[in-house]
Amino acid sequence: MSQSVTGPAPAPPDLVSAARGGGSGGGAIAARRRRRVAGLLLVLGLLVVATLLSVAVGAKEMSLDAVWHALVSPTGTENDIVVRSQRLPRTFLGLVVGIALGVGGALMQGHTRNPLADPGLLGVTHGAAFTVVLGIFALGITNIYGYVWFGFAGALLASVGVFLLGSVGRGGPTPVTLALAGAAMSALLHSLTSAVVLLDAQALDVYRFWKVGAIAGRDFGLAVQVLPFVVLGLLLAFANAPGMNALALGEDVARSLGQRVRLTRTLGIAAITLLTGAAVAVCGPIAFVGLVVPHVARAVVGADYRWILPYSGLLGAVLLLLADVAGRVVARPGELQVGIMLAVVGAPFFIALVRRRKLVRL
Amino acid sequence: MPGRPPLRVGPASWVLRARALAVPLVGLAVVVLLMAVNIGRGEFPLSVTDVLNVLVGGGDRPQRFIVLDLRLPRSLTGALVGAALGLSGALTQTITRNPLATPDITGITAGAGAAAVSVIVVGGSYGSLTGQLAEIGVPLAGLVGGLLSAILVYLLAWQRGVEGYRLVLVGLGAHALLSSLTYWLLTLGDVTDASRAVVWLTGSLNGRGWEHVTPVAIALAVLVPLTLLGAHALGALQMGDDTARGLGVRVNLTRALLLLAAVALAAVATAAAGPVAFVALATPQIAMRLSRTAQPPMIASAVLGAVLTVGSDLVARTAFGAVELPVGIITAVLGAPYLMYLLVRRYREVRA
Repeated sequence: MSQSVTGPAPAPPDLVSAARGGGSGGGAIAARRRRRVAGLLLVLGLLVVATLLSVAVGAKEMSLDAVWHALVSPTGTENDIVVRSQRLPRTFLGLVVGIALGVGGALMQGHTRNPLADPGLLGVTHGAAFTVVLGIFALGITNIYGYVWFGFAGALLASVGVFLLGSVGRGGPTPVTLALAGAAMSALLHSLTSAVVLLDAQALDVYRFWKVGAIAGRDFGLAVQVLPFVVLGLLLAFANAPGMNALALGEDVARSLGQRVRLTRTLGIAAITLLTGAAVAVCGPIAFVGLVVPHVARAVVGADYRWILPYSGLLGAVLLLLADVAGRVVARPGELQVGIMLAVVGAPFFIALVRRRKLVRL
Repeated sequence: MPGRPPLRVGPASWVLRARALAVPLVGLAVVVLLMAVNIGRGEFPLSVTDVLNVLVGGGDRPQRFIVLDLRLPRSLTGALVGAALGLSGALTQTITRNPLATPDITGITAGAGAAAVSVIVVGGSYGSLTGQLAEIGVPLAGLVGGLLSAILVYLLAWQRGVEGYRLVLVGLGAHALLSSLTYWLLTLGDVTDASRAVVWLTGSLNGRGWEHVTPVAIALAVLVPLTLLGAHALGALQMGDDTARGLGVRVNLTRALLLLAAVALAAVATAAAGPVAFVALATPQIAMRLSRTAQPPMIASAVLGAVLTVGSDLVARTAFGAVELPVGIITAVLGAPYLMYLLVRRYREVRA
C-alpha cells in the first residue's frame, strides 16, 4: 500500500485516506474522538465513585447518613472525627499521589521507551529510601514531616544522577543507557540502604513500614507540602506531551520534524522526577500504579500522549483509591497497606494484560 | 573471519579469539589469589604462601584445620555462588535479549526471598525456629520458593511458546508482587527478625560450611557442561525466533532447557548465600565488554562472577574494622560504579 501512495502515479483517494486514518477518513477520526471523550467521562465517573467509597468505607463501619453528617455539619462525634481527620486527608492524598504516579509512569514508559518502566527504574525509589534512612541514622529524624523532605531530595538527586549518567555518552540519553544507569544507581543505593539499616535498628524499624507504601496516617499538611511540586510536574508533563508524540517516531524523525530532542527529554525527566519523587517521599514506593495504568490508557486511547497522560493520571487515582479501600475491607479490623494491595491486585492484572494483548513495543 | 586462524577438529571448527580466552584464564588466577588472601585473613592470620601451601597438601595440623575446615568453605561458597549467578545472568540476558533480564527479573530471587523471609519471620515470631530447623529451613525455603516462582512465571508467560520479551514482563509482575509480600512480612515480626531477614535478603557468606559448598558445586558440575553444549544455539536465538527457526534451532525446547538451567543455577546459589545483589546483572555485561564479544560469554561471566563475589567478601570482612557487612552490599557497591563507568565509556551501544 505504501508503494502506491509514494509511487510516481497519483494514488487513488481511498488508498490515501486509508493510509492516513485507517478507515473512511473523517468518520473514523470523529469516532475515535467520541470514544476518547466518552472514555474520559467514564473514568471521571469511576473516580467520583472511588472517592466516595474511600470516604465512606473503612475499619469503622458507619452508615452513609453518618458520613454525610460528618461531611456537611460536623458536631464532633466519633464518626465525624474519623471521617474528617482520617478518611478525608487519606482520600485527598490518594488522589494527588495517584494522579502523580499515573502521569509519571506514562512519561517514564514513553521516555525510556520501555514498557517495564516504573519509578524504581530511574533510581527514584531507592534514592528516596536511602536518604530517608540516612536522615534517621545520622540525624535521628523519625518524624514523617522531617523525612519527607529527605525522601524528596533523595529522589531528585538520584534521578538527576541517573539522567546525567545516562546522557554522558555520544548522542545524549537513549532509552537503553537511561535504563542501565537507573538499574546501576538503584542497586548501589539499595545496598547502601541495606548497610545503614543493618547498622541501626531504629532506621530499620521506620524503613520497613515506609517501604511497603501506604497513604494511611498522613494528614492534610503533608499532602499540601508536596502539592506544589506535583502541580508543577503535571504542568511540565502536559507541556511535554506533543514532544513525546514526535519522539515516539524515533529521535531522528523527531529531530527532522523540528523537535529539540534534548530539551524534550530534559523536560520529561524533570516532570517524572517531580511527580514520582513527591509521591514516593510521602507514601513510600507504590510501584504498580505507574506500571499498570499507562498500559490500560494506551489500550483505550492509542498512542497519542496528549490523551494518554490525562487518562493515566485519572486511572492512577482510581486504582490507588480502590486498592486502598480494598485494603481496609479485607483485613478488618486491621488493614493492609495500599502498596501491598496494589501489588496483589495489580500483578495478576498486569500479567493478564501482558498475556492477552499483543505486546506493545514503545 | 579475516585475520583470525580457525581451529578445526574433525567437523567442528571455532574461531580463536585471544581476548575471549585470556579473560577467563586471568580471571581464574585472580579468583585463586583472592581466595588465598581471604582465607589468610582473620583472628589467626596466615600468609598467602601458607594458604596456597595448605591447599596443595602441605602445612601443619592447625593450619590445615583453620584453612580447610574453617575458612575455605566460606570462600569456596562465595566463588561458586558468584560463578553460578554470573552464568545464570549470562544465560537469561542472552535468552531474553535484554541486558536488564537477570534472575531477579525472572522471579527467582523474589520467590526465594519471600519464602525465606516468611520462614524467618513466622518461625521467629510464633514457633521460635532455632538450631537445625532454621539452618536447613531457610535455605530450603529459598530453593523451593525460587524454583516455584520461576516455574510459575514460565507457565504464565507460555502462549504457544515463550517469547523472551513476554517472559521479562511477566517476571517483572511476579517480582513486584513477591517483593512487596516480602516487605509486608518484614512489618509483621519484631525488629530483630526483620534484621535477620534483611541480612539474608542482602546475601551473606557468614558462617558458610561445606554443607553449603556441596549443592552449588554439584549444580555447577552438572549444569556448566550442559549450558556450554546449548550455547551454540544461543547465537542463533540472538537473531530472533523466526530466523533461529529457519536456521534449524528448536527454539522453544532450547530456550526452555537453557532457562531451566539458569533458574536452577540461580536458585541453588540463592539458597546457599541469599540473593547476592548485582552479580548476575553486572558480570555478564562486564565480561562481554572485556572479551569484546557480541553476547555475554558464558565461561567468562561465571569466572568474573566468582571474582566479584570473593573480592567483595574480602572487602566486606576487612574494610570496616570490627563491623562485618554482608557480601551483597559490597558486590553492589563495587559492581554498580563499574557498570556506570562502562556506560560512560560506551564501548558500544547495548542493544535491548
